[in-house]
Amino acid sequence: MSERSETKHSVERRDVLKALMLAPVAGAVLASTGCTVAPEAGRQAITWTRLPTQYSYARTDVEKQRDAALFAETFFREHELVTIAVLCDIILPSDHENGGALAAGLPDFVEFMAKDRERYKLPLRGGIAWLDNYSLDNFGARFVEADNKQQLAICDAIAYPDVQDEALQPGIAFFSLMRNMTLTGYYTTELGFRDLGYVGNTPNIWDGVPDAVLARHGKSYDAEWLAKCVDQSRRNIKAEWDDEMNLIT
Amino acid sequence: MADKEYDIIIVGSGAGGGMATYQLANAGLTVALVEAGGYYDPAADEQRTQLRNPWESPRRGASTRRRPFGDYNACIGGWDLDGEPYTQKGDTEFMWWRGRMLGGRTNHWGRISLRFGPLDFKRRDIDGLGENWPIGYEDVKPYYDKVDKLIGVFGSNEGLYNDPDGFFLPAPKPRLHELYYIDGARKLNVPVYPARKSMLTKRINDERGVCYYCGQCSRACSIHADFSSSTALIYPALRGGRVDLYTNSMVREVLTDARGKATGVSYINKEDKKECTLNGRIVVLAASACSSARILLNSKSAQHQNGLGNSSGHVGRYLHDSTGASRAAFLPELMNRDIYNEDGVGGMHVYTPWWLENAALDFPRGYHLEIGGGMGMPSYGFGFAANQYNDYLGKRVGGYGNGLRDDIRRFYGARLSIACRGESVPQYDNYCELDPTVVDEWGIPVLRFNYQWTDYEINQAKHMQDSMEALLEASGGILLGDKPGAERNYGLAKPGEIIHEVGTTRMGLDPKTSVTNEFGQLHDASNVFVVDAGTFVSQADKNPTWTILALSWRASDYIVEQMKQQNI
Repeated sequence: MSERSETKHSVERRDVLKALMLAPVAGAVLASTGCTVAPEAGRQAITWTRLPTQYSYARTDVEKQRDAALFAETFFREHELVTIAVLCDIILPSDHENGGALAAGLPDFVEFMAKDRERYKLPLRGGIAWLDNYSLDNFGARFVEADNKQQLAICDAIAYPDVQDEALQPGIAFFSLMRNMTLTGYYTTELGFRDLGYVGNTPNIWDGVPDAVLARHGKSYDAEWLAKCVDQSRRNIKAEWDDEMNLIT
Repeated sequence: MADKEYDIIIVGSGAGGGMATYQLANAGLTVALVEAGGYYDPAADEQRTQLRNPWESPRRGASTRRRPFGDYNACIGGWDLDGEPYTQKGDTEFMWWRGRMLGGRTNHWGRISLRFGPLDFKRRDIDGLGENWPIGYEDVKPYYDKVDKLIGVFGSNEGLYNDPDGFFLPAPKPRLHELYYIDGARKLNVPVYPARKSMLTKRINDERGVCYYCGQCSRACSIHADFSSSTALIYPALRGGRVDLYTNSMVREVLTDARGKATGVSYINKEDKKECTLNGRIVVLAASACSSARILLNSKSAQHQNGLGNSSGHVGRYLHDSTGASRAAFLPELMNRDIYNEDGVGGMHVYTPWWLENAALDFPRGYHLEIGGGMGMPSYGFGFAANQYNDYLGKRVGGYGNGLRDDIRRFYGARLSIACRGESVPQYDNYCELDPTVVDEWGIPVLRFNYQWTDYEINQAKHMQDSMEALLEASGGILLGDKPGAERNYGLAKPGEIIHEVGTTRMGLDPKTSVTNEFGQLHDASNVFVVDAGTFVSQADKNPTWTILALSWRASDYIVEQMKQQNI
């Protein structure tokens, strides 16, 4: 339904990302720090569905201007965006019939939301930095350059809010935020609708809970209540009442 | 059109202004309808947010400063408008919502349409607090009846004394979580009935459509099957040819002559920033309770040194909003439920009116319960704390991987919530006034609010919390979150937050303690009327719109009659 056209700016940016991401190196991307990690055979570069950067849906002029400004801004550095991609892919993996976070374009969504809601910027940037420090301390490599087993070990340490270890709390908070963003970003796409089995948001005639569902839950409509409810076969007959406030059509 | 003299100038196009426009234009009068926002019609695809999928928005429907209730809400306006500040006195935290669009806030309200009952007009007689209205239910009933038939409202006749019957359209059947609520409420002997809301579950005329149950009334209806002032009143009035619509026109003041009578209004054309004047025989203010008060206070002249209509000093006084509190529960019996389309009408299908009228309580006024839950459309925020209910199942919260999909699915729609809306006691000391120094971008002095809840409202909120807990648990729910205690005023919403602010130009018999008579006519200027909720003496626990519509119609009939008799 959405327009898929993109601005010149983002096309350029996409090309840069593509170049980086398609580089046949380990894990993901080498950053400019000079801290290189040896390529590891067999690991794929990370790519994701790009989301549109132009939308058309009943906005006022000031809203259009603000959204255009947000799309013109780049917040995450390449390394940060790739880290987000790797994390989102772990949280909702691609090996599923309804696709995962990457097919749903999660990194682009997180980039947009960070700009739309300023309060996300620092927790996301700081969280990624925390993650890299933790990964360096434990495995001698930043998160995206750690191997898959090491990445999952880190996630195991920070994916559960009931963990009491004080030193892990910043990581736990960050991971919770990333899980929230990933799930909300996924379930608000067509893939997510399919995964959930969502069937609403379309004109229809509501005529009550299906009988089988009522039975399963041990519920029923009592006759007195039903008598007050709409007879959908008569919905198009113009309403008329008698003087006693009784609907007679 | 600067030289044209209109019979009527109406300021504001929400419920009150829309009804006055419709009635007065249909009576053959020429009308200038002045709206501070732009033209709006949800049937125009470029203004349609209804039936859009979340991915059509880059933020997936998340709220913004300009769309506080979400990216797809029909609102153009909000708490925080560009260039239009308001200020607070002391530690007041009043929240002021303003619509800036044709139809105003009626484009995105909840459509809950409750008549005030006989007791609601005479609360002072019952509890000795506040003031009685100068009119009673019997005066307004004929207009409620006419509003029901003209605009359409579904509901059911239950014979309740203070929640009167009406000319209702049939109600939609309850959803599954509502059936759980019904059973829970009955266990506690709390009554529950079909909701009363202005959506067309059945055809009422050839112009408006019949509800197709998308559940998105807050996005405004492209087939005009719910009530908004523009769809049900203003477009028909415009078709009659006697109404000139001035959009993006911000009224600065009501102009008066040497005798103190109104001659028209001055306004700023927001498109070219020019100051303009409209001439009219009668000025009808319907800009919303606080905006109309602001216009009156800004309309100072030699004859009205305190502001127009304010010889009593009561303009802005007795400002009051509904009280509000809410609570939610996890409903384990709805885990792993069958998924089907249960969008229904926008919001609840069942509700509980105030049921403890004669009980001994430590607060004087009542509240009603609004029921929420169900399998809503995923939008921004869906999936946050996805498996928090695992706690109740002895399973671990958090994690990652495809197992999260099962969690999402398991808990989807397994939620029941209640929101309470109650009556506060109007206070002389809760008011809005002109800020002495701050102006908006057009140089118009802005409002400053002074408002504190009293123990009446705080004790009521405490009772709300107890009721909600009991009802949610009786419905099979496991309560979520902590019960707010005294330190948080029992979860009582901030004043203004429920967006039912009323009372700033209250009606009464005594010009010393009221601003208008029972028809919204200023005591101080016979050709100026107020037809928004500013004239409410007390708010009841009912949502105000149906009463605004009824009173605006009643005032319009009075205006026509008084003009015929050449009294104004």
